[in-house]
Amino acid sequence: MAVKSAGRGTKSYKPVSMSSKEYQAFAKAREPARSVWTNCLKAFLVGGLICAIGQGVQQFFMSAFDMSAREAGNPTVAIMILLSVILTSLGVYDKIAQWAGAGSAVPVTGFANSMASAAIEHRSEGLVLGVGANMFKLAGSVIVFGVVASFVVGIIYWIFGIGAWHDTSG
Amino acid sequence: MMPYVWAFVVGGAICVVGQILFDVVKLTPAHTMSLLVVTGAVLDAVGWYDPLVDFAGAGATVPITSFGNALVHGALTELQEVGWIGVITGIFSVTSAGVSAAIVFSFLAALVVKPKG
Repeated sequence: MAVKSAGRGTKSYKPVSMSSKEYQAFAKAREPARSVWTNCLKAFLVGGLICAIGQGVQQFFMSAFDMSAREAGNPTVAIMILLSVILTSLGVYDKIAQWAGAGSAVPVTGFANSMASAAIEHRSEGLVLGVGANMFKLAGSVIVFGVVASFVVGIIYWIFGIGAWHDTSG
Repeated sequence: MMPYVWAFVVGGAICVVGQILFDVVKLTPAHTMSLLVVTGAVLDAVGWYDPLVDFAGAGATVPITSFGNALVHGALTELQEVGWIGVITGIFSVTSAGVSAAIVFSFLAALVVKPKG
């Protein structure tokens, strides 16, 4: 009995002596198997559905206010963001997100969801230090890299001439 | 009916790209979103994003890539109109609707909603 438990004791030490490389292989082998295909299908269905709803909103703006497709893009995004914040407030969006993965994260509604959920979650820390300081915790990187990339594009066009750019009046 | 089909297919396809970046390339959501925004900016810079918007409608304007597209649009339109300073002053001119709406609605939600758990 004593021998057996001693043997078990030495055995349980083994994982500790693993190198980090061995540990990564060990952890990888025990990761729950997630099918990339199923995840992609879910992302496609939910992402497509969100964009189809957006198309409905866009068609509404185009017919009701006589806008072109490109002009209607902006108010459409604003409405989609409002819907996303309402669903986040009700706790529905996070449930969809668990199922849909990138399907609910990649549309602009996911951007709004990250801001709204951070704002709600940190409300207890105060309006300034909680809501204000945490709202952009995830969305901030999107804005930073988007703006820096656009600045670089702008500088390149400034150096080489704006004439090469496509028509902006659209 | 066709605008809805193309919005669904193109929007869904962009989300699949995001899912592959999550699962196969193993990027974090923040890295994935940043990469997609930069991709949208670059696609607009070479002039490919506007044709996609004409073709797919909300399938191209609702995914986060359109945020990069809109930032570049603002910067370049202003660059055309007022010169080099426009690169800085114009970046947010088009995206104001999205960013402002997200800030205002999120703030109001935080005032009204009680966090769960």
